[in-house]
Amino acid sequence: MTVFIIRRLSQSLLVLFLTSIIVFAGIYAIGNPIDILIAGDATPAEREQAIRALGLDRSLIEQYGTFVWNALHGDLGRSFVFNQPSIDLIFNRMPATLELAFVALALSLILGIPLGLWAGLKPGTALDETVMTGSILGFSLPNFWQGMMLIMIFSVWLGWLPSTGRGEVGSVLGIHTSLATWSGLTHLILPAVNLALFNISLVIRLTRSGVRETMPLDFVKFARAKGLSERRIVSVHVLKNILIPIVTVVGVEFGSLVAFAIVTETIFAWPGMGKLLIDSIMRLDRPVVVAYLLVVVTLFIVINFVVDLLYSLLDPRIRLGSAS
Amino acid sequence: MTAIALRKPSSDTLVGRALNGLLKSPKATIAAVICLLLLLTALIGPWLAPQDPYDLMQISIMDAKLAPGSESMSGGTYWLGTDGQGRDMLSAMIYGLRTSLAVGLVSGIVALGIGTTLGLMAAYFGGRVDTLIMRLVDLMLGFPTILVALMLLATIGQGVGKVMFALVLVQWALFARAVRSAALIEKSKEYVEAAACLDLSKPRILFGHLLPNCLPPLIVIGTLQVANAISAEATLSFLGIGLPITEPSLGLLIANGYEVLMSGQYWISVYPGLLLVLLVFSINIVGDRLREVLNPRLER
Repeated sequence: MTVFIIRRLSQSLLVLFLTSIIVFAGIYAIGNPIDILIAGDATPAEREQAIRALGLDRSLIEQYGTFVWNALHGDLGRSFVFNQPSIDLIFNRMPATLELAFVALALSLILGIPLGLWAGLKPGTALDETVMTGSILGFSLPNFWQGMMLIMIFSVWLGWLPSTGRGEVGSVLGIHTSLATWSGLTHLILPAVNLALFNISLVIRLTRSGVRETMPLDFVKFARAKGLSERRIVSVHVLKNILIPIVTVVGVEFGSLVAFAIVTETIFAWPGMGKLLIDSIMRLDRPVVVAYLLVVVTLFIVINFVVDLLYSLLDPRIRLGSAS
Repeated sequence: MTAIALRKPSSDTLVGRALNGLLKSPKATIAAVICLLLLLTALIGPWLAPQDPYDLMQISIMDAKLAPGSESMSGGTYWLGTDGQGRDMLSAMIYGLRTSLAVGLVSGIVALGIGTTLGLMAAYFGGRVDTLIMRLVDLMLGFPTILVALMLLATIGQGVGKVMFALVLVQWALFARAVRSAALIEKSKEYVEAAACLDLSKPRILFGHLLPNCLPPLIVIGTLQVANAISAEATLSFLGIGLPITEPSLGLLIANGYEVLMSGQYWISVYPGLLLVLLVFSINIVGDRLREVLNPRLER
């Protein structure tokens, strides 16, 4: 186990190292870093000063060293637009994004597992066919268009739900969240549904194939022979077995949710870090883009690491498989 | 359609099996017909569209934001309304469909070529080549498509070529992984040994002998990836970092309608969106059916 953790950890560090090189190359080596890192309206004297201050007159290796050193100290440059450290900006916006992603994740499990069970227990029926076709539709609806349709129907036509912003943010146990107030809750519904739809479809398909693989197994027959009710067999014994792959995939998908939140946040003007990214790209606020990139890559590495760890804890066969 | 059904495609060949499987499912047959119709529409689009929406002589700002079914200044009818510049939505959508399909197909095919080559090499040569290629694949698949493409485009700027490059970059790894696992099974079979004994060149063994036996998963992933690429391109264009305004895809048309959606001019974004969904949905249905028929072991 320890060997496994150490190996995964060193792999993660390698990925982070590679990413830092790619980011560095993208921002510093391709194109003129001065244009990227210094505001466009700077005078020649200011440019000279900034070039020296940023160390752009030194060799690439030295520059990379400085870049990594500063990054390790949490200094990823200052935003041109907000004139504050870009890393602070990202961290200020992160809770809103994580909240959205968590709620979407919860939604996809709450809706996806029962629908998948339902379809998987009655394979080949009209119900199964409908649910499965629906899940393909869920994959096919482009996230951004589906969000716009949600706004059109529920905000513009019906006027039931607000379409922009986060609403009032309340505080529960010291955590600021939209879930704590009624206004926040109504603001959260549409973005969360928008973000969750793809994952609902994914969970439906995973659950269904899990059920179909598990139902013919001996332990299910044994449970039936023991006289357990079908309900108990499904909800306790079968579900327990199919949860492992679902948990893993959903864990990995959490990262995708954070990434796709970029689209959702843009449509619903949700004040998370995804919207910050798009705004920064549009305003050519490069330091914020770099900071977002490194923060998200780190987040991904952590998520993938935790999921791998969880997986090998849940299912020892995986650990043996990877070692051989 | 009946002509094909009557001829009963032989079920020995791969194409025959795929066709047979598609025709047995009414849902998949309809989806395949829709795909073909849309492809045809895109091909003959310029002759089909009522106007060239990007020829300034043909559009009139006086006709801007007309509701579907309105009459134009010159007496025609805008069946799906007009956008903010007075373009006929139907024509704009046909042109957008061309761009979307072209970007999706080209990037899908290029990614298939690169991914297949690398996957075959990884499986056939093994050892360090395999490790290097598969590490790269793991790295690519560790991050969501949209994030990688977004980052890349934020760094290198927008444009048709750049969007295609980004889409190829995020797709090749899927093909490589699928081909490698199929080729690993095939590699140990006798015909490959025989080919090696005949001293055939490596490219000939890889592409002439290994590749044809690894096709089923490629066909399935290829189909699904074209849908994904179209969807991804639309998303990137919507976010404003995909295609430039001079070459509007369906995604960009939808984005144009986003601002006026709140004021009730729904048609500017709803109709291109419906077309996009129809396209992606149909391709996905066909791909899903192909997966069932050809049954390569795929995740998801």
